[in-house]
Amino acid sequence: MALTREQIAQRVAQELQDGFYVNLGIGIPTLVANYVPADIEVMLQSENGLLGMGQFPTEEQIDADLINAGKQTVTMATGASIFDSAESFAMIRGGHVDLTVLGAFEVDTSGNIASYMIPGKLIKGMGGAMDLVAGADNIIVTMTHASKHGVSKLLNQCSLPLTGKGCIKRVLTDLAFIEIKGGKFHLLERAPGVSVDEIIKLTEGELVIPGHVPEMTF
Amino acid sequence: MAGFDKVVSSYEEAMAGLTDNMTVIAGGFGLCGIPENLISEIKRKGTKGLTLVSNNCGVDDFGLGILLPDRQIKKIIASYVGENAEFERQMMAGELEVELTPQGTLAEKMRAGGAGIPAFYTATGYGTPVADGKEEREFNGRHYILEPAITGDFAIVKAWKADRYGNLVFRKTARNFNPLAATAGKITVVEVEEIVEPGELDPDQIHTPGIYVNRLILGSFEKRIEQRTVRTA
Repeated sequence: MALTREQIAQRVAQELQDGFYVNLGIGIPTLVANYVPADIEVMLQSENGLLGMGQFPTEEQIDADLINAGKQTVTMATGASIFDSAESFAMIRGGHVDLTVLGAFEVDTSGNIASYMIPGKLIKGMGGAMDLVAGADNIIVTMTHASKHGVSKLLNQCSLPLTGKGCIKRVLTDLAFIEIKGGKFHLLERAPGVSVDEIIKLTEGELVIPGHVPEMTF
Repeated sequence: MAGFDKVVSSYEEAMAGLTDNMTVIAGGFGLCGIPENLISEIKRKGTKGLTLVSNNCGVDDFGLGILLPDRQIKKIIASYVGENAEFERQMMAGELEVELTPQGTLAEKMRAGGAGIPAFYTATGYGTPVADGKEEREFNGRHYILEPAITGDFAIVKAWKADRYGNLVFRKTARNFNPLAATAGKITVVEVEEIVEPGELDPDQIHTPGIYVNRLILGSFEKRIEQRTVRTA
């Protein structure tokens, strides 16, 4: 079975380590915050200028001056700090964020990522995504492995305008956990009940399959 | 106005001197911390052909979006413009020029502009459409592109509190681009929720020193929320 959005978030959360500063993108990455293991501490960075993002507010706590990068009302965690946008991206570009999780339309075997623009259709802008992929060393891309019509999103070469070049090393899809190195995809894990053949069929870029491909555990 | 007292008493006075085809840098992220009354004054004045520099362009009936129906904006430099139907229509029809700029690059362009740095190298955007036509250079084995700084004829800023000298304090994430915009305007106009006497703000707690501020006005604010999200019990 392909992973649900929640399961993708759960699997990403297993990569969190105690003391990590983490930036979570909009969509599935945001859900990762719900699965932080109880025995570790992480601090969430929101690129509009908040380190130490808390949970959503109660009706009484809503404050128009306190939002996250998705423009949702939020609260601050204990020990939070606030700063301007240049400071926020200094943290990101300076490589101070330990883990970045973001979505994408396509990735390819060179570690390129396309996530912000579909020419002629969707032109909303890159927001902070280009800064995040260029500045972070430890990035996990979350996405569906293929389109609804079965067209692979893990390609030899991205077809859409790039968000970043050669910067993606790990991709978690609804079918597989994949590492990108040496110009190839490497299959690390498969979703429970998903066969290696199924993953091969939906991966356009060259895929290296080890002798044993473990199923993800939750 | 005497000495360092930056306070003006009307929005007309606050935006005096803004004329067609100028560049205006605006603080704010989404609808959070936007100079809503200064934007309304630009709409009232009917100034046209403006180049706007702002992370976003508001929504259809609030924020910078209200400058769209009368076609007051010629060009916008922004990182994300997805929340606005009229914006999308004008952009697709070629009536509005849009320069999509990565958020961190946009912030740094303002910071550099205000600090007298004409351009800077960044890895952000290398190998993407953002790099088109820009100088590329390698430092320590990594690729960078040269991004020019931005300055504006005007900067419009929203702060929480100020003293009459224009020393500013921002509140929570309404800070965002505001301190950067404040440094990058030839004329920087700030609207605030409260003005106090000089000496009443703790010098250690001031986010933007008054040297960057030319005009200061007391406003009242709607503070519209774009994505009201609450916790389910």
